[in-house]
Amino acid sequence: MLSWLLGGGALASMASFFYPVARFLIPPPVTEAAVNEVAAGKVQDLKPNSGKIVKFGNKPALLVRVNDTEWKAFSAVCTHLNCTVQYRDSTQQIWCACHNGTYDMSGRVVSGPPPNPLEEYAVNLRGDEVVISKRA
Amino acid sequence: MKAQAIDWFKERLGVDAIREVMDHKTVPVHSATRWYYFGGITLFLFGIQVVTGTLLLFYYRPTVAEGFDSVRFIMTRADFGWLIRSIHSWSANLLIFVAFVHMFSVVFTHAYRSPRELTWGSGIALAGLMLGFGFSGYLLPWNQISYFATKVGTDVAGSVPVVGVAIARILRGGEDVGAATLTRFFALHVMVLPMITAALIALHVLLVQKNGMSTPPWIAASRVRHMKFFPNFFLREVMVWYGVLAILGALAAIFPWELGEKADPFASAPKGIRPEWYFLAQFYTLKLIPSHVWIFEGELLGIAGFGAVALAWALLPAWGVNRAGQARTRLVTGAGIVLVAYLAVFTVLGYVK
Ligand code: HEM
Ligand code: FES
Repeated sequence: MLSWLLGGGALASMASFFYPVARFLIPPPVTEAAVNEVAAGKVQDLKPNSGKIVKFGNKPALLVRVNDTEWKAFSAVCTHLNCTVQYRDSTQQIWCACHNGTYDMSGRVVSGPPPNPLEEYAVNLRGDEVVISKRA
Repeated sequence: MKAQAIDWFKERLGVDAIREVMDHKTVPVHSATRWYYFGGITLFLFGIQVVTGTLLLFYYRPTVAEGFDSVRFIMTRADFGWLIRSIHSWSANLLIFVAFVHMFSVVFTHAYRSPRELTWGSGIALAGLMLGFGFSGYLLPWNQISYFATKVGTDVAGSVPVVGVAIARILRGGEDVGAATLTRFFALHVMVLPMITAALIALHVLLVQKNGMSTPPWIAASRVRHMKFFPNFFLREVMVWYGVLAILGALAAIFPWELGEKADPFASAPKGIRPEWYFLAQFYTLKLIPSHVWIFEGELLGIAGFGAVALAWALLPAWGVNRAGQARTRLVTGAGIVLVAYLAVFTVLGYVK
């Protein structure tokens, strides 16, 4: 009986020490305004057959100018293990340097380990400004 | 007067009891004796890490804004900073290599047998801690390569079913690798891991002391000569340490550790992203597995495989002996050779491809 009380007491006090520590270690959620649209620069800043990384909220997005008139944008977060992808002008594909994954210009996986396609964003030109937005 | 003072200390410190223990410790002398040095080398290198790491703390700043620049300051402005950082980096790599040599020497001499199961277990835990040191320390200079290596590494943890997402969040201190990850890894690297490691090394060495050095099963224990640990073996070990120190100094001076470019979360992963060499074998395996194998995601399969192998390895003293407590030498030696071969081949492949 006594040892049961002692043991229970010790256990309870341990729990009361560790619970706050465990909670402390779990990062609190950071509230970020959801981003649906960003201005990604001027039309003339990106040459045809090239791409660049732009901020889309707190995540990177890949903007590609396929040719004079055609633009594409994707989430730049590789669906494999989170690396940031890049546009390869030589193959006109999207390439991830981390494990050699490739995607085509619709975001579909062509080769390598990525399990899912890249999320595609809509690109609109407003005057000479390029605007990327989430698809509805 | 002097003799009196010495006696005064001797009495209070219990020196005679310690001397007694030291006098009785012996090391068996046989064809595999040289492998007994590797645990000690690991210990020595860990000491080097503690000293150089503490020195680095005088200048290093664990923030996204200043981390990279503070390391550059150490490399370029602080006198001998380049040497201290290079030794810390080189020694970390040597340490992991030597710890693995030590581990495999235990396997091939079958020293994991009763009564050394706990010595083996604490050694496995130490090996895990050393990899933890490597992984957390790699991020601290906050350069491109380490930034992306950490993204990939924490995402591997994140793809474990059910608990993975929570683990990745706790490791990163948020959704993504960023400022919160750096402070977390810093706390782990300089405080949490060293404390746990120090305690485990104490246990590990105490167990070695208590159980004595094992003699490989193919050598008749009754026929083995012994040498005294103090001073005979110890002095030899110290000579080995000097040799290791010379290698370390030469490596650090001739090949100072590179710093790379400052991490930019809004840049594409650069070409040639790869983790430190001791994660390369797993890295290359993940690269080879296709995205889907039957109904499973390839990556999950790989991670499950690594987990299963690590668990089986930790339990080696259970399946590596027969009912009579004798080592299943063929089975264990075979498993050891397969594992060494896999690690060696895949590390090299990961390096050249
Ligand atoms: C930080 C890492 C480590 C340190 C500092 C360390 C230190 C030592 C030292 C000083 C010895 C005595 C000398 C020797 O036998 O070489 C020893 C023995 C031993 N170690 Fe480790 N060790 C480490 C990692 C490991 C690992 C990774 C394993 C295996 C999983 C391991 C398993 C053993 C065993 C079984 C012995 C007893 C060997 C015998 O009695 O013949 N140790 N260790
Ligand atoms: S993270 Fe992109 S291929 Fe692995």
